[in-house]
Amino acid sequence: MSALLEIRGLEVVFDGFRAIDGIDLTVDQGELRFLIGPNGAGKTTLIDVITGLTRPAAGSVRFGGTELVGHKEHKIVRLGIGRTFQTSVVFEELSVVENLDLAASFRRPLAALLRQRRGVSDTVRAALETIGLTDLAERPAGVLSHGQRQWLEIGMLIAQGPKLLLLDEPVAGMSKDERERTGELLTEIAKDHTVIVIEHDMEFLRRYASQVTVLHEGTVLVEGDVAAVQADPRVQEVYLGRSREDAA
Amino acid sequence: MESLFNQLPIGLSIAAVLLLIALGLTFTFGQMGVINMAHGEFIMAGAYTAYMLQDLTGTQAVAVALPVAFVVAGAMGWLLERLAIRHFYGRPLDTLLLTWGVSLVLQQAARDIFGAPNVQVVAPSWLSGGVEMFGSNLPYARLFIMALAIICVIAIWAYMNRSRQGRRMRAVMQNRELAGCSGVDTERVDQLTFFIGSGLAGVAGVALTLIGPVGPNLGTYYIVDAFLVVVAGGLGQLRGAVIAAVALGLLNSYAEFWTDASLAKVIVFAAIIAFLQFRPQGLFVLRSRALT
Amino acid sequence: MSEKLRGYGLFALVALLLLVVAPLVLPPFRLDELAKYLCFAIVALGIGLAWGQGGMLTLGQGVFFGLGGYAMGMYLKLHDAGPGGLPDFMEWSGVETLPAFWKPFANPVVALAAVVLVPVAVALLLGTLVFRQRVRGAYFAILSQALAAAFVILLVGQQGLTGGTNGLTNFYDIFGQDPEAESTQRSMYFVTALVLGVLYLGARQLVKSRFGRLLVAVRDGEDRVRFLGYNPATVKTITFAISAGMAGLAGALFVPVVGIISPSLLGVVPSLELVVAVAIGGRYALAGAILGAIIMNYAKTGFSEEFAGGWLYLQGALFILVMTLAPKGAIGVYHQARDALARRRRPPAAEDDAPVPQKQEVPA
Repeated sequence: MSALLEIRGLEVVFDGFRAIDGIDLTVDQGELRFLIGPNGAGKTTLIDVITGLTRPAAGSVRFGGTELVGHKEHKIVRLGIGRTFQTSVVFEELSVVENLDLAASFRRPLAALLRQRRGVSDTVRAALETIGLTDLAERPAGVLSHGQRQWLEIGMLIAQGPKLLLLDEPVAGMSKDERERTGELLTEIAKDHTVIVIEHDMEFLRRYASQVTVLHEGTVLVEGDVAAVQADPRVQEVYLGRSREDAA
Repeated sequence: MESLFNQLPIGLSIAAVLLLIALGLTFTFGQMGVINMAHGEFIMAGAYTAYMLQDLTGTQAVAVALPVAFVVAGAMGWLLERLAIRHFYGRPLDTLLLTWGVSLVLQQAARDIFGAPNVQVVAPSWLSGGVEMFGSNLPYARLFIMALAIICVIAIWAYMNRSRQGRRMRAVMQNRELAGCSGVDTERVDQLTFFIGSGLAGVAGVALTLIGPVGPNLGTYYIVDAFLVVVAGGLGQLRGAVIAAVALGLLNSYAEFWTDASLAKVIVFAAIIAFLQFRPQGLFVLRSRALT
Repeated sequence: MSEKLRGYGLFALVALLLLVVAPLVLPPFRLDELAKYLCFAIVALGIGLAWGQGGMLTLGQGVFFGLGGYAMGMYLKLHDAGPGGLPDFMEWSGVETLPAFWKPFANPVVALAAVVLVPVAVALLLGTLVFRQRVRGAYFAILSQALAAAFVILLVGQQGLTGGTNGLTNFYDIFGQDPEAESTQRSMYFVTALVLGVLYLGARQLVKSRFGRLLVAVRDGEDRVRFLGYNPATVKTITFAISAGMAGLAGALFVPVVGIISPSLLGVVPSLELVVAVAIGGRYALAGAILGAIIMNYAKTGFSEEFAGGWLYLQGALFILVMTLAPKGAIGVYHQARDALARRRRPPAAEDDAPVPQKQEVPA
């Protein structure tokens, strides 16, 4: 296995506050990695740095050998990194298919974009089936429920054909059934993609995670498989009280 | 070299006018994000208030006109906020167009009430004359406007930073929901903010009567420059507006001196575009993590 | 399918009205007036594209209209020029040699190309500088308005080069035709109507293309679009340039149609008036933009002929009402009414297939 993402000595400072304080992280090709940690641990900030939304004060993020720091957001997507957001953002005026089609089309040259879409491409159809929204394909995304929106976002991510997927709290605000469905979706995607998931939900973590990295106050606290991480006293200390609550 | 200093008082006095007309916008646009195109007409209302007071009393009492104009323009702004703008929060571009409609109506109303030709407000006698400065004559009226601008800035600063109301206003601006949850009556804060912002337009209007005639198009003439000051200064930042007004005022006067009045406008516009290449959000920015 | 057919039917009907009925029914004077409104409608179409579809509230379309108009006007002036090769107004203001930037416009091909290329170039430059830095929304609106203000002041100030407040007027020869002749007016009307029709079809095609979908996506979530691998600045700049090109073309048509191009036609107020017209017609539909421009200008002429001051009240009041009650404009109201009718006709069971949109708060 080779390293796909290598983060070294990363530091992020917001107006004097050190949101990330020296993180090293390596994610291998084909891995499904969970990032957990209490609020303010720097999880989302880390993803923001990888995807170009936030500039680090120091350190490097290498993706398949390419330095990402300094690239604009859309350039990083073009290198093969896709992400979702905590609050799902889909284009409500566009139909489900149009949302997916846009996600799948960024590699087309500009001149080709000027042509009208004819039918549904194989990539889009596959994504539709994976996320189970085939029946709603022609509906505007604005009518989707919260869970369906999250799936549409994941579908758009798949349609992008990225090498690395970053999911920021994909099951937040979902019902029990929706969580289960998302978990299955995640397992399926992880078969042929490298995925990093930020998640708060402990039960979800136990069911679907294998490799876990625990962040705390901008540093990596522990790294390992789920059982080992859960048993680690440092993790219990950080999560003291909270973890039992979350697990309940 | 002498001309270099010659332009300084002229530039500063342009800056003072720019600052006065833009100060109100730092409230309505800066704090609340409302683009009020009728702000220019509130300036006009302030100017006509001074004119009417002069007609009524027969004297040129600037000291009376300033507070009266503040209340008149402020009341107009408050009414506008209550009747229309509050239904448009979160739709800044629609607000812009809506208030432009209001500004059209106000202009025509002024034309019907006061007549289309310009009217004159006679400056009080203690403001006639001037002082020699760097070889150019600086009228007392201009000096008065500079002093007025400085006093307004200090008063606003004190209000925002030292008073409870001012702190509430800033709280609402930074996080409306949180401020609301913390027991701040955000709707009242909005009303007050709009009243003060519009009232300041009235003050600026009185000041403008000291240096020129008053007409229905007075507001149109100044509104674009006023917004440019706020854009360059950074949203909601008093010090930004001050620095931007001074910079634009000086740039304007020097550009005018070296080229001519019409090219100066283009130069100022180009300078602002160039400046935005380095500071796309203006001089001073409030940071936020939200993906908007 | 029926939707599509209805669209084509409407288009054919409007084309019939404009190309056959109007020239037959309207007296020459009114036809000329309509030609003028169609010029404004072309600008409005561009605004509909930039603002309605792309979310860029451009308050400075008068600048591009003016650039196109002046390019055309400069050619016509040079064509009419006396033995000295100087346009009349330059002789009056004591200019002795033709300024360098005027010279290329003696060539009709250059001038006609400039009609589109100059506005497009200016829009590309401004768009690149502004959108790349993520200056948007209200900031962009203000900057575009400031551009219009500066442009007009420049035109007025440089009397000797631009004709000042009077602008460029008194044209005696329009591509070999007498501008006053009825036949010239008539053919100018047809040219304008055809240009509008072609541009409308082109714009419609653009809106339906992937680029058009992307444009809507940029309007509704510019930052999200970045994470789909597109650069929103490129999308916006291209669209802005297209709308500028349309305005330039409209300005060039305006000159032979009306016989003048002057600063008072392109300042802050005329630019805003067209945006208002688009809003009233319906900003989210290209047809709404065109409709709005034609109706507003008819209303303006009608009212100004009757009582001058009343128009401003009416325009202001109408506008406040539309923004408050029907922000989607006339077309929006029409769609609402149509949907309401369709719902009444359909059996109620057919409505159940719509999933109820659920809004859940997501913990941040």
